[in-house]
Amino acid sequence: MGKVVLVTGVSRDLGRRSARSLASDPAVSRVIGVDAVPPRGDIGEVSFVRADIRTPVIAKVIAKEDVDTVVHMSVIATPGSAGGRGTMKELNVIGTMQLLAACQRAPSVRDVVVKSTTTVYGASSRDPAMFTEDMEPRRAPRAGYAKDVAEVEGYVRGFARRRGDVRVTLLRCANVVGPHVQSPLTSYLRLPVVPTVAGYDPRLQLLHEDDLFAVLHHAVTHEVAGTFNVAGDGVVMLSQALRRLRRPTLALPGFAVGSLGSALRSARVADFSPEQVSFLTYGRGVDTTRMRTELGFHPVRSTAEALTDFGATLPRTGGRAERLLDGLAAAFPEQGETPDRPEPLRPVDDDERRVPGGRHG
Amino acid sequence: MGDAEIIPIGTRGRPGRGTGTQPSSAARGLAGPPRRRSTPPPGEDAPTDSPDVADPSESDNPPSPEEAPQPPASDRPAASDRSQDPAQAQQTRSGQDGADPRPPTTTEERHPSAGIPVGDWLSAFQHAARELFGEEWEGQLARFLAFLRRRVTGDYVVDEYGFDAEVTQRFFMAALRPIAQKWFRIEVRGIENIPADGGALVVSNHSGTVPVDGLMTMVSIHDHAERFLRPLGADLVFRLPVVNALARKGGATLACQEDAERMLRGGELVGVWPEGFKGIGKPYAERYKLQRFGRGGFVSAALRTGVPIVPLSVVGAEEIYPLVGNVPSLARLLGVPYIPITPLFPLLGPLGLVPLPSKWLLEFGEPIRTDEFEDGAADDPMLVFNVTDQVRETIQQTLYTLLRQRESVFR
Repeated sequence: MGKVVLVTGVSRDLGRRSARSLASDPAVSRVIGVDAVPPRGDIGEVSFVRADIRTPVIAKVIAKEDVDTVVHMSVIATPGSAGGRGTMKELNVIGTMQLLAACQRAPSVRDVVVKSTTTVYGASSRDPAMFTEDMEPRRAPRAGYAKDVAEVEGYVRGFARRRGDVRVTLLRCANVVGPHVQSPLTSYLRLPVVPTVAGYDPRLQLLHEDDLFAVLHHAVTHEVAGTFNVAGDGVVMLSQALRRLRRPTLALPGFAVGSLGSALRSARVADFSPEQVSFLTYGRGVDTTRMRTELGFHPVRSTAEALTDFGATLPRTGGRAERLLDGLAAAFPEQGETPDRPEPLRPVDDDERRVPGGRHG
Repeated sequence: MGDAEIIPIGTRGRPGRGTGTQPSSAARGLAGPPRRRSTPPPGEDAPTDSPDVADPSESDNPPSPEEAPQPPASDRPAASDRSQDPAQAQQTRSGQDGADPRPPTTTEERHPSAGIPVGDWLSAFQHAARELFGEEWEGQLARFLAFLRRRVTGDYVVDEYGFDAEVTQRFFMAALRPIAQKWFRIEVRGIENIPADGGALVVSNHSGTVPVDGLMTMVSIHDHAERFLRPLGADLVFRLPVVNALARKGGATLACQEDAERMLRGGELVGVWPEGFKGIGKPYAERYKLQRFGRGGFVSAALRTGVPIVPLSVVGAEEIYPLVGNVPSLARLLGVPYIPITPLFPLLGPLGLVPLPSKWLLEFGEPIRTDEFEDGAADDPMLVFNVTDQVRETIQQTLYTLLRQRESVFR
């Protein structure tokens, strides 16, 4: 008898595909996808039940289907198709409350896996370089997605206290990128000209979409409780990422990025919420030691590789300087050995510079 | 060139100065009188002509050999501007059919490169490259292009703090090195006290209104001990635009317990200036008097990670911008710790930002071991205070010794 898994938020692409990847596991006998609207793509073996997690209907679904594992994936970062900010907050917070209340009443539920986000750590100038799981944000979020996530995590911790027999795994995932991912960060990076905050170069840590499905699968099938940061190895700077994606940039002062962002948001091109702007100003890094040692999960792709895979599907809008340099380099004979790292520049004292304008033919 | 003809100075019977539509009579005189004899087409002598006769406005055009020798057509915009003068226009037109009595000197359109053979260009370029990159300029240039390409395509690695070793080594250090060696003439002593590998904490006094001493310590340690110093900066550094991006690329991170311990555990050479703004912004009258050493957080970080503490005394940094005044109200308004007034700033404007060329001495003291204390020593405040005082006293005494040895501020 395999597990019966309930996945919330399957109408969105990431939820639908992680439900499918769970359904393909032989250890899982049945996967039930739940959302208020039907999923758009192919859900394969997943059986879809149309139920709004904001209503007590969800408790009936759990009881009827005899669910033992709940994967909560419907904490959304953008209002997007759901409507306004009010709907988003209701879906995130009230939805989680209802879902956890239903889980608390259902004796069959053994495991709860919640996909959270590293946005919960915030982004500010006083942040440590790498957040570990037991650090708090330097400034408590007051609005938006970050506050929603903080509240959701609070309810999850409360649920874990009340149902000590249930294994609760909270996965704080870094920004997910991939060819199919629609998120605030990916739509930002897909802009033909990317506005950046002038004078700041944030550090980014990314998680590939395949690694997100893998870690959810890992968390469902492995009996490890606790809170874990999940991210690819290494960091890239935003400027570096945009160069790798061959994206031209436009440096704007911080307040201008915010107002441009609200213009783009009303045009439905990209989303610049205040926490997104502060993330694009100060960046964030999370420590993934616990993910490796305790959870035992190793992402396949590093941050840089995830970015490369994401960039492969992107039409190039820049890269003129690169082509120029390639043209220049082609004009010179190939060097036999090109050292990986350039040798250090000589100190000025030992620098025997030639007398300028010495010999003229 | 055709035959020279003596042109008498004067108006040639036509009235005086140019009015805007017509050139002056002197200019007309210079254009040359009508001539009977036919001249060869200008295309023949074009390549040997000196580039001086060409219109300077054309000088940035690329050299195109098929265009240069052609005779100027009168319907070209540049030529038609000049053909206002009927005599001139007639001259250019007749220059084309070869029956012109006058040499077409002034309306000749020629590119500056037309007269310089390609070989000369090449050798000039090679010469310039040799001047710039030395004898193996081809390899140097190819390597430089490869470096530029890596930067442009983002093909480099930063560590988790955002430290970019390549750009630090090639640009920041190269830019700071002349300042350290030629302007401040830094003398480094006791460099052997810096361990060759593994974590260590360099603790230094802080002075000089602007944290130049941190930068100079970084470049001195890089050049003499061949290690990168990873400075811990105040949160103001990470709040300011530009400064924060440069600080992260240069290897700095926020001065907090978590980052300090993380870096020390990672085996980095970490630099702290525990006096902070109290030290850097103290008035000139209090020079070389150490301020309070924070709350001793650096000692507990070293105790927890068991790394040695290397005391560093910097002499000379106090005199670069002698702080004689402060504008506290403006500082509060801008959210910075102080607005400095030095004898030269803001009196001389930007010129006042040039630091005075004081002579610097950097002495690294003997490392203070912290791995001999038992576990939990970092949670014993009295022990932490004692070690803090020990470090502070060492630096203070070394400062006095160095000050006695120094001949004068600038020598």
